[in-house]
Amino acid sequence: MEAAMGLIRRMHPKKSQTALSALLSLLPHHSSDLLSQVDQPLQVLCDVDCGKEFILCEYNRDADSYRSPWSNKYHPPLEDALYPSSELRKLEIEANEVFAIYCDQYYEGGISSVYLWEDDYKEGFIACFLIKKDGSKTGQGRRGYLQEGAWDAIHVIEVGPEEEGAAHYCLTSTVMLSLTTNGESSGTFSLSGSIRRQMNMDLAIADGHLCNMGRMIEEMEGKLRNSLDQVYFGKTKEMVCTLRPPAEVVMRLPNS
Amino acid sequence: MAEEEYPDVELSDKQKKEIAKWFLLNSPAGEIQYVAKDLRSVLNDERIYNEAAQEAFPLYNKSHIICLEFPDRSGDVLITSYNELDKNEYLDPRTAQVATVNHVKQVCTEVRPAADEELPSPYIEDFRCTLDAEILKYVGEAYPKGICSVYCVNGKDVEGPGSNFELVVVISAVKNSPKNFCNGSWRSVWNIEFKDDMQMLAIRGKIQVDAHYFEEGNVQLDAKNECRDETMFQESYSNLPDTTFKDLRRKLPVTRTLFPWHNTLQFSLTRDIQKELGIGK
Repeated sequence: MEAAMGLIRRMHPKKSQTALSALLSLLPHHSSDLLSQVDQPLQVLCDVDCGKEFILCEYNRDADSYRSPWSNKYHPPLEDALYPSSELRKLEIEANEVFAIYCDQYYEGGISSVYLWEDDYKEGFIACFLIKKDGSKTGQGRRGYLQEGAWDAIHVIEVGPEEEGAAHYCLTSTVMLSLTTNGESSGTFSLSGSIRRQMNMDLAIADGHLCNMGRMIEEMEGKLRNSLDQVYFGKTKEMVCTLRPPAEVVMRLPNS
Repeated sequence: MAEEEYPDVELSDKQKKEIAKWFLLNSPAGEIQYVAKDLRSVLNDERIYNEAAQEAFPLYNKSHIICLEFPDRSGDVLITSYNELDKNEYLDPRTAQVATVNHVKQVCTEVRPAADEELPSPYIEDFRCTLDAEILKYVGEAYPKGICSVYCVNGKDVEGPGSNFELVVVISAVKNSPKNFCNGSWRSVWNIEFKDDMQMLAIRGKIQVDAHYFEEGNVQLDAKNECRDETMFQESYSNLPDTTFKDLRRKLPVTRTLFPWHNTLQFSLTRDIQKELGIGK
């Protein structure tokens, strides 16, 4: 399994779906581990009741159907499906509304979804906040620089039971990023990557769970964005410059 | 979250071999041996691995233009499709030698002088050698650690003016820092066709740069360019932070303040937030 994860880390992020299928067919007994540990780009369905899109993930899936956070209905319809409790559903509705505005503010578009469910093993609950943004110039990229651009964020928060007015929050965030520019003179330039980080906090619940979770996610996304921008892309740029430092003079081969 | 059964489909040997080859061929520059190690563990079948390796390594080595040292360390040979004499034999025109290599181990096992028929004619060699000298000078100045070579890929037996021939310039630079979780490679291939009694030269260049950074993540760059100017890479990078990233996620909302989560508490959430942010309805 460790070797399988090693392979995934080395394959180009754009080929992660092919790599995952290959590993699933070679190691069928590890399928649940592989599916939960390997990041895949997010997919979207349209809620037929309200015409809004929602994001698909393991956390809103039951068999082959997915539950919409807007209508709380499964697509395609499913009998005896799993639903969050009515109390959690109330919080889920609130979370979706607020997160949609957050998404609009930071992503200038994009699709968001939030799913909540009870934890089978302990008190408390689990929340999953998802964002999908297509920043390409044919998508929602306002500045038109990207031939192809995708940001997929998955934030899973385990919220512990309330103890003395506070609760423990454990956030695991994954951001998958892919961008390609295609200039006339500059050729194709493509950067893809994914990073995963964790954050643990004990917070007073006076402000409410949503507020606490929201702030953690905002802080985490900011850190990840900066990381991707400075550290990772900085590192790959550094590598290119090490291979061949930018020339003062471009050498031209003699023409006869 | 429901559990799902995955069918226990048994793969044929051929399918397993193709999968193994896929992983090997798609290894980032300088990482094929690491990929091979993990692959053998996952595959758990030495026979299939060996078959896949025999087929995949030569292709990988040629496309990545790897550089192998002569056994006596007197020089190196580049592995490309342009100087391949036989599936394990590669010509180094600068020293007029032929190297025998083991693709899977990625080593040069022996070197012998090249036979006359393996080398270009003196007329062609004149061009090749002069160009080689210029390229060596250029690579020495422009690349901290670049290896280069010039091969004749067409018309190597041309005796004098009046016929067409083609030379290929290959430049390869590699930086491997696995301890720093960072690897990269730069490959330039320039095809120069001498046409029509040397009245015309056609030059095509192809540059490919790959970089892989994998500390706590997996980020890969691949850039291709098919024109002569190499200053464009700087342009791509300087555009990135300001422009392209914003299309994905802004650093802060337009309000230039963090998102007001606290206002969701007492009042009707959406209405209040929209008011504060000035979003009309």
